[in-house]
Amino acid sequence: MAIPIIIIIAAILIYVWFVYNSLITSKVRVSEAFSQIDVQLKRRTDLIPNLLETVKGYASHEKNLFEKITELRSTLISAKGAKEKAEANNMLSETLKSLFAVAENYPDLKASQNFLELQNELTDTENKIAYSRQFYNSNVMEYNTKLQVFPTVTFARLLRFQPAEFFGAEEKDKEPVKVKF
Amino acid sequence: MEIYQAISANKNKTWLIMFLFVVFITTVVYVFSKALGYGLPLVGLALIFAGLTSFGSFYYSDKLVLATANAKPIKKDDNPELFRIVENLSIGEGLPMPKIYIMNEPSPNAFATGRDPNHAVVCVTTGLLERLDKIELEGVIAHELSHVKNYDTRLMGIVTILVGFIAIAANFFMRSLWFGGDRRERGGGNIQMIFLLIGIMFAILSPIIATLIQLAVSRKREYLADASGSLLTRYPEGLASALEKISSDKRPVRSASNANAHLFIINPLRGKDAKAWFSSLFDTHPPVADRIKILRSM
Repeated sequence: MAIPIIIIIAAILIYVWFVYNSLITSKVRVSEAFSQIDVQLKRRTDLIPNLLETVKGYASHEKNLFEKITELRSTLISAKGAKEKAEANNMLSETLKSLFAVAENYPDLKASQNFLELQNELTDTENKIAYSRQFYNSNVMEYNTKLQVFPTVTFARLLRFQPAEFFGAEEKDKEPVKVKF
Repeated sequence: MEIYQAISANKNKTWLIMFLFVVFITTVVYVFSKALGYGLPLVGLALIFAGLTSFGSFYYSDKLVLATANAKPIKKDDNPELFRIVENLSIGEGLPMPKIYIMNEPSPNAFATGRDPNHAVVCVTTGLLERLDKIELEGVIAHELSHVKNYDTRLMGIVTILVGFIAIAANFFMRSLWFGGDRRERGGGNIQMIFLLIGIMFAILSPIIATLIQLAVSRKREYLADASGSLLTRYPEGLASALEKISSDKRPVRSASNANAHLFIINPLRGKDAKAWFSSLFDTHPPVADRIKILRSM
């Protein structure tokens, strides 16, 4: 009588053990992918002060825009979690677009080598953010699917696994900032 | 999930091929040494030699492949645009940045090699850079990075070296049969005669076996890499039109040979063909038209 019960319990425990390990693996993948996004976001926030300095030299009276960008930059730096960061990042993208649109009115600025380089760097960073987001989201999808599949779903609650947040992007934001001269 | 299965299948196949190589070489040497009248110590020597070759090619296949392809490494400043494309797509695949090599070749083509993603190399020809636009180039690089991610590059590297080795060895032994066989005293009895026949058979068979191994490991993965590459760029048309451009160029890649042809995104030996049904059995690549059709229907 006792032996079959022990075997069944052992089998269940081994199963839970495997499920737990596979969930942890996926979760680690998700957070690794997220740190990739963070690297790119950091690079972006590092570029912005330089950009502002350069633009200020040519277009000093666009003060409102500078203040707004500085503010959004610190919002992005202090943002926590995928959703908040994604939102802050999107707002920053929008405002940077208007900055580059404004730059159109200043021929000297447009011709500045420094400005062009910064603009290239920023475009490249935006592309990299887009790609790291794609990698992150595919990992999140895999992890969340694992969590919701029966019978894992029953253990996942018990073991306190939470679904991960997608790094959202508005559709129109998928294209990098393009400024035509 | 499927990618993790593909990875472990590739890793297992790599070990299997390394093992089969040792078995194959030792068996062949055994048969030859019987046929030509040498003793067993030669077989032991062959066993050690084959084992060393097998492990050596695990670590050095990429360097050998790059050397035979006559490819040179480049830095970021040499071609920032190509560098950025590779950088971005590796981020999208979650891979470390591979090294980039360039082959000075007018014929457009590309391949990837390296035993794992940390030792990966993506190699393109100058012809490819000249003829493709950015979106097409992204399609090709994404295809190559999928090979890296799947560990196709590990298996392919091993296959290139070991199969190439078998081909050379077969050639060599064929010759030693032709020219050296006569020198031994005649009338060694029936057994020697039988072994001689087996020896000849092996000499004829081994290139065929080698080719078949090469095929078994190579054909389907092109479709797979096309598909997962397009998943990364989200734009299958880029790769489709790149394949069209590459295949429309009929010049063969000069440094390509039977041993490394299967590494390339499109068979680099075209122009030598007048394809009959039989030779299409030995194709290392699926028909380009099929690949383009599948990409366009995605």
